[in-house]
Amino acid sequence: MIRLKVNGVARQFNGDPAMPLLWYLRDLLQLTGTKISCGIGICGTCTVHVNGEALHSCVTTMRQVADKEILTIEGLSTNGDHPVQKAWIDVRVPQCGYCHSGHIMQAVALLKKKPKPTDRDIDEAMHGNICRCGTYQRVRQAIKLAAGVKS
Amino acid sequence: MNKVDLASRRGFLGGMFSASALVLAAEVMPARAADKIQTAEPPWQPSVYLGIETDGSVIIIAHRSEMGQGSRTTLPMVAADELDADWTKVRIEQAIGDPRYGRQDTDGSRSIRDFFLPLREAGATARLMLIRAAAQQWGVPPSECASNLHTIVHQPTQRRLSYGELVATASTLPVPKKEELQLKPKSAWRHIGKGVPSYDIVSMGNGKAIFGMDVRVDGMVYASIEHPPVFGGKIRSLDDTEALKVPGVSRTVRIAPFTPPAGYQPLGGVAVIADNTWSTFQGRKKLRIDWDNGPNETYNSDEYRKELEATVHSACKVLRNEGDVDAGFAQGGKIVEADYYVPLLAQAPMEPMVAVADYRDGKLTAWAPVQSPQWVQEYAAKQLGIAKEDVTCHVPLLGGGFGRKDKPDFVLEAAVLSKELGKPVKVVWTQSDSIKFSYYNASCALYMKAALDDKGRPTAWLQRSAFPPIPSTFILNAVYGDAGHLGQGWTDIPFEIPNLRVENGPAKPHVRIGWMRSVAAIYQVFAIACFADELAHLAGRDPLDYLLDLIGKPRILDLKKTEYPNFGAPYDLYPIDTGRLRRVTELVAEKSGWGKRKLGKRSGLGIAAYQNTLSYVATVVEVAVDDQGNIRIPRVDTAVDAGLIVDPDRVRAQMEGSAVFATSIVRSGEITATNGVINQSNYHDYRVARISEAPYQTNVYLVDSDAPPTGVGEPGIGPFVAAFCNAIFAATGKRIRELPIGKQRLV
Repeated sequence: MIRLKVNGVARQFNGDPAMPLLWYLRDLLQLTGTKISCGIGICGTCTVHVNGEALHSCVTTMRQVADKEILTIEGLSTNGDHPVQKAWIDVRVPQCGYCHSGHIMQAVALLKKKPKPTDRDIDEAMHGNICRCGTYQRVRQAIKLAAGVKS
Repeated sequence: MNKVDLASRRGFLGGMFSASALVLAAEVMPARAADKIQTAEPPWQPSVYLGIETDGSVIIIAHRSEMGQGSRTTLPMVAADELDADWTKVRIEQAIGDPRYGRQDTDGSRSIRDFFLPLREAGATARLMLIRAAAQQWGVPPSECASNLHTIVHQPTQRRLSYGELVATASTLPVPKKEELQLKPKSAWRHIGKGVPSYDIVSMGNGKAIFGMDVRVDGMVYASIEHPPVFGGKIRSLDDTEALKVPGVSRTVRIAPFTPPAGYQPLGGVAVIADNTWSTFQGRKKLRIDWDNGPNETYNSDEYRKELEATVHSACKVLRNEGDVDAGFAQGGKIVEADYYVPLLAQAPMEPMVAVADYRDGKLTAWAPVQSPQWVQEYAAKQLGIAKEDVTCHVPLLGGGFGRKDKPDFVLEAAVLSKELGKPVKVVWTQSDSIKFSYYNASCALYMKAALDDKGRPTAWLQRSAFPPIPSTFILNAVYGDAGHLGQGWTDIPFEIPNLRVENGPAKPHVRIGWMRSVAAIYQVFAIACFADELAHLAGRDPLDYLLDLIGKPRILDLKKTEYPNFGAPYDLYPIDTGRLRRVTELVAEKSGWGKRKLGKRSGLGIAAYQNTLSYVATVVEVAVDDQGNIRIPRVDTAVDAGLIVDPDRVRAQMEGSAVFATSIVRSGEITATNGVINQSNYHDYRVARISEAPYQTNVYLVDSDAPPTGVGEPGIGPFVAAFCNAIFAATGKRIRELPIGKQRLV
């Protein structure tokens, strides 16, 4: 039995502890805001917060999240009004939108550590997040907008 | 010619509108077809629906697939603007696949081009009916009434009635004829030319948007499929004992191999069925399959490249011939030859292939992120042996498409499995499956030859290409390129050269060939625009001046002697106008500070310009190369003439995205095969650009134009690929003749 909290709600998991957190969220809890892409932890699409740290949920097992607090895009804000989410809208970042839950969760984690990130900070923090539509320029712009840093 | 009429509420509109709504259908007629139909009444083919409910809400159906290009928002916005509707009161409903919507296949950068005018007419028709309804209620002439943001105003008295209040009366009125419509003047547009945020932007940012991957239906099981590793392979023997021991796995199902040509049929293989996605993946790892790989086992992409190159070094099929190239070469002058090569490429959208299908009582319902739901109807029906009217395809958001999701093979897999299992099935591909079992953009060898006069200008120009063509996926033994894809920069080379010959040679496929964003323009524009840059440097001339010289005087390209489908558009309405190509080239040169910018060590600018999907794009790329040969792209400038611009921000977004997509092609885009097996498997060995590798800043300049709007999803790719490579030459002196740059040493 694995106990954990997902977006503030206490949960129990009785399945295979080797199951990645991603599939628990998506298939069992039906929290489909967290997306799947590479499945091997190199594209960032599945990023969630585990005890405040941005992690790739596709390679994070249920065993590893026992007694941890998970935050997904659905739990980031009540009305989608987190400053990063608002900046994403203001800059019209998404194209297809599929990878953006992951981008937003990664960006939120970055701003917690570095409230005024430089270009280099952004490059380093966002390097693990792929956007095939190619919205990187606006990702950078939106992070700066959310942080109140000049573009 | 387009036609707007009241839509029958029976049938496929289903429950989208209430019984009291005013619902209009706009019929979309391709201009050419309309020309032909002079006497006979054309068949009723309503394409686009717009309805107004009595509470004033406006419902507009998006019948094209949304994959990031924005047309799910932009097309309804056009209709809403002409209706003078309050955008906050507009609800967008996504259409299911149905031929009565007209062309739903979302490809070729055609959504705005094909539907801008019909949607305006639909909106204007509804507006006129509301005006007439108000006039009738007030007992005043309609000429005294006008719309003003979801209300009709009687101008002399300033009385007002809201749209919702007018629906009942408007529904009783005859639908105005097209001649009676008054489209809004440009000055009255609220949104066209300005744009609105994506209808889905909030739900994309809070996780609530439903993509294909997120679809769930009651009672469904999950399936993951082990495909034959070699195209056309078959199962010799299967041992699924260990797979069935994986918790959650219920069974395995063999999927029959396809009957050539592959088309959209499932590739075959073994499906592992489980009660969650992860267990299907685990089960797959435990399958023991002995494959009969079949004849494509001999396919090695390195050797295949040599075959393509050998083909283009001999005479091939002539597609366009002007003057006398052989005589031109015989006259002498400096002769220049170059070989270019582009490998197979995979689209690799972030969302892997996925589909849910529910077959019961001889009917199929599918939910799938596809670019063409009508093809799901057609091909799933064929696969299952049912009527296509018995296939319903719902289209959630696509997590990227780039051409791959035009092919519904993965939906057919779900359909076959649902029929076999008697319950709804969700087929989930891994990213690895998506990369290994794509319909690849063709690998292509291109041979270029020119004779230069004493000023370095070409007097004769020969170009040959060989690539396995897209038709080979659908037609046995098709080996030559089709006119449509050859017409993406190859047959329509816009340079003014007295002796010009364009050829294409045969190539047999060993994998499924399909289309990827901008398709053949990737290799065709790469070779032509880089070769032009080579000639400029050989001539000791500025590449911009040389390019303008090659484009020549403003003229309409005469392609009468060439088979040239012009992207499905009539040539007289959308001719290739070298004046427009010149203008974007001059604009980007000016805006980028070409020839005036001070650049650092091992930095350089490259330029290229081309027409694709009827839009004209010129791009200047700046690269900076460090001592280790690592490349940065500090700045990109792109000028676009896409006719009238409906949403400037989305056009910019498409150009920014094209720059990144093309960066991936040039830096690392390469699919290879060894003994028929694709070597790449995920984003680590099929690398795509990350934030630090992408252009830091892409500036987009839009030509102000009232020409008919044309597509912007694809035409930015080719010019960027070539301009990037030309910039690398400017920075390092290293000429890029094959893609990707990959391991090529730059310093």
